Amino acid sequence: MDITKTTLNEMRDAIAEKTVSATEMTQAYLDRIEKYDGEINAFRETYNERALAKAKAVDAGEVTGPLAGVPIAIKDLMCTEYGKTCCSSKMLANFEAFYNSTAVKRLEDAGAIVLGKTNMDEFAMGSSTETCAFGPTKNPWDVDRVPGGSSGGAAAAMAADFCVGSLGSDTGGSIRQPAALCGVTGMKPTYGRVSRWGLVAFASSLDQIGPFAHSVKDCGTLLKYMGGHDELDSTSANIAIPEDLDDVNTRPEKLRIGIAKQYMSDEANDPAVAAALIKAIEIYKDAGAEIVEVDLPHTEYGIPVYYIVATAEASSNLARYDGVHYGHRTKTPDDLVDLYARSRAEGFGDEVKRRIMLGTYALSSGYYDAYYNKALKVRRLISNDFKTSFEKCDAILCPTTTAPAFKLGEKKDDPLSMYLNDIYTVTANLAGIPGISMPAGTAEVDGKQLPIGMQLLGPAFEETNLLRIARIYEAASECSPMRPKM
Amino acid sequence: MSESTGLKAKLKVGMEIHVELATRSKMWTAAPNVAHPDFFDSEPNTLLSPVVIGMPGTLPVMNKEAVEMSIKVGMALDCEIAKKCKWDRKSYYYPDLPKNYQISQYDQPLVGEGEMEIPLTDDPNGPTKTIRITRAHLEEDAGKLAHEGPGGAPIDHSIVDLNRAGTPLLEIVTEPDFSSADEAVTFGQMLRDICRHLGVSEGIMQKGHMRFEPNINVEIEKDGKVYKTPIVEIKNLNSFRAVHGAITHEYDRQIEEWLETGVVMGARAKTTRGWDDVKGVTLLQRTKEDADEYRYFPDPDLVDLIVEDEWLAEIGKGVTELPLKKLQRYMGEYKLNEKDARALVDEPATTRYYEKTLELGMDPKRAATMLLNYGLKRANEAGCRIDEIGITAEQVAGIEALLKDDKIGSSAADELFGYCCESDDTAEKLADKHGLVQVSDTGALEGFVDEVLANDRNAKIVADIEGGKDAAVGALIGQIMKLSKGQANPKMIREIIIKKVRG
Repeated sequence: MDITKTTLNEMRDAIAEKTVSATEMTQAYLDRIEKYDGEINAFRETYNERALAKAKAVDAGEVTGPLAGVPIAIKDLMCTEYGKTCCSSKMLANFEAFYNSTAVKRLEDAGAIVLGKTNMDEFAMGSSTETCAFGPTKNPWDVDRVPGGSSGGAAAAMAADFCVGSLGSDTGGSIRQPAALCGVTGMKPTYGRVSRWGLVAFASSLDQIGPFAHSVKDCGTLLKYMGGHDELDSTSANIAIPEDLDDVNTRPEKLRIGIAKQYMSDEANDPAVAAALIKAIEIYKDAGAEIVEVDLPHTEYGIPVYYIVATAEASSNLARYDGVHYGHRTKTPDDLVDLYARSRAEGFGDEVKRRIMLGTYALSSGYYDAYYNKALKVRRLISNDFKTSFEKCDAILCPTTTAPAFKLGEKKDDPLSMYLNDIYTVTANLAGIPGISMPAGTAEVDGKQLPIGMQLLGPAFEETNLLRIARIYEAASECSPMRPKM
Repeated sequence: MSESTGLKAKLKVGMEIHVELATRSKMWTAAPNVAHPDFFDSEPNTLLSPVVIGMPGTLPVMNKEAVEMSIKVGMALDCEIAKKCKWDRKSYYYPDLPKNYQISQYDQPLVGEGEMEIPLTDDPNGPTKTIRITRAHLEEDAGKLAHEGPGGAPIDHSIVDLNRAGTPLLEIVTEPDFSSADEAVTFGQMLRDICRHLGVSEGIMQKGHMRFEPNINVEIEKDGKVYKTPIVEIKNLNSFRAVHGAITHEYDRQIEEWLETGVVMGARAKTTRGWDDVKGVTLLQRTKEDADEYRYFPDPDLVDLIVEDEWLAEIGKGVTELPLKKLQRYMGEYKLNEKDARALVDEPATTRYYEKTLELGMDPKRAATMLLNYGLKRANEAGCRIDEIGITAEQVAGIEALLKDDKIGSSAADELFGYCCESDDTAEKLADKHGLVQVSDTGALEGFVDEVLANDRNAKIVADIEGGKDAAVGALIGQIMKLSKGQANPKMIREIIIKKVRG
């Protein structure tokens, strides 16, 4: 089996039927990582021995399960009892957790093999996987360009065929945007669908773990086995995962496609993105979908609201990294305050510091009402926009990003322009609804073909229908799977 | 009136009381709670979990038992219970707070306004005063920082023990309704009794189960004008002696300070002082220039707490009669004297035990006598509670029944009580086994009587009895008790002797 041509479901079936062995598949990926990841830097670390040992156990029939032998990668902010969990930060450069992320544990219990942890923006703060303490990840389609972020390593690992499925986390677009920029499928499930236990928090009310894959069905399969209620996470919904979640070839029960003018600005969208969107609308028309115009009037406030809510929560979530109990501690501090100040100054990168300061400011007395409280109110309005829209349609179709991948370093010193990357993705996090990004062809930039993505947003907890709607586009567009020449 | 200055001055005190709830596990994780008796005196840093240490990726899960206990206290204090409330993060950096924020309740406390009556004198039925409760909110306790090593060894750094971190803490806040240190202490003691009777806290002051923070100021009247001294908050008092001392000291100190400086209460003049138990004075800790910057915001890791009516009703069943009401009822309805009534109410385990014997149909007065005379005596000797000495309430009732039916004598009752402490058999069975049952069979008793009457040495006594001297009967009863090895029914013997001698 050629690992550069397979999907997760195909490989799973092949291993189950013993057409291929889990050991040879695992070894093939590890070899490929060895060969190419020196340049791409998708992985922060790999677990070769552990992965091969489990693969052998699968082949020996000692490990079974619906995902037995499937090699996957996880993002470097998912805690595991093995290896390190660094969040691509100097602060946690040597941190070893002694508990497991529920999502990862569930996939491992289902038989999946974790090859390693993927690179990311420090503490998931960024859209380019450049704000890492251990070097940036490069886009396998063009190594001069970013893979997107913050789950850039996870997306790049999929694009480079370093694994057959991978997990990322999406706080404002951190799965969907890199999926679009790397030409893979990436999904942010409904908030509360996947347990956050063991996921190092960036912004608790927005963070959601989700899958990267080479097909819509693979996303459904990964979500099916990692999602569902977890008593360790109070915000995880007590709603059962539908048995037919990955049964994506069934025609969706509801197929009204919403188009919002707020997502169709020719000024903002690259011509290739605009063209892909029109083509996507045609595909749904041909599939017999009703195309409905919807209004999301508060979309323009998405970015400012997001950057208040996310930074406020982050400033509190990251307060624990103080050099006292674990993590980076400065040498020879003068006193307690100096210990705090210097440990944090040394341990955090610039973007993390910037967001902690923004969030601290937004929560300060005298500013709370003007910023945080106001942001919560607008967040509700954004959420209501979607609720109203979903009375008229069953999914909203829009681009994932306005343009393909930008160059490394291009936006690194321009945080505002970097933040605008998330313009089409943040509102889904603010509203807690699911979204999926699929490959939608390429745009030619500087003579190179770079992937672009198409996004579908659906009502909360209606992932089954959303995946089926997505499958219609995937099948008709013939855009995925798409792979770069390595 | 201030004694030292002769000024007309009124003390005003409000209290904040922190109660560590004795749940099995901590507020936000299954790690054991140091305030639960099973985990008292645990070795430092042994009651931990990733959540307690504030490890990355960990999440809090609310302890339902802590909420139920808080609601019980709220109900006991006649407080409103919120139908819905939320959890907030209170941010401050300190090494005993691993997350550098405390999960607390800012503007939506679980327990709202209420009130409690406190007696103004020692007489439980005497005059009372109403203390208004402002609110009570649930939060997590912090760990402990130490600046010397175990056994007081000097160290050049500080060490932290996180056993207490995450212990459920109920903070009860009152209105400034106390006008004396005595009132504040009475309230504190009553609250402690209530918490112990509700089973929500062991209330061991030395272990910090209850910590008091009085807010104190004085209203001074001079030349027809009223001057209010700045409010002083005394931190972390963990004995009633300290509460009393700190308030008394502050009263005098604030008047003196006012006489010296004339400073009165302003918007930003709240200071914090500590209590020096040895010197008996309060010491300045810090002056608050600005409002505290805690950056409260709703904790996004937790969901709103919804208190359904059904749940509330269920919790309400566990809210027992308050200790003062019990005391009054024991004295009124059961006609117990104050000393006995207090002895029964003092320790919740004794109270529960006592009420169980009443449920079994025992006479309240006789049950009290038996428990206090036979039970508490043994419990005190063994250094344990009455429910731990081994006798069941059913056995106590059994002894009482035997006494009532004249099957055993009162001296045998005490002995039988002892046997019951060591055996699960019924009181009746044990009385039989140990030969404590009185001989009430007339034939057998007449045999004993005949024997002593026939004894020549008793001729004088018999003559006295014949002559109408009732007291003389006692000497013969004594002899018969000896003959019967204590098993003869003395009341019946007396009747038989008199009948036989006087005809």
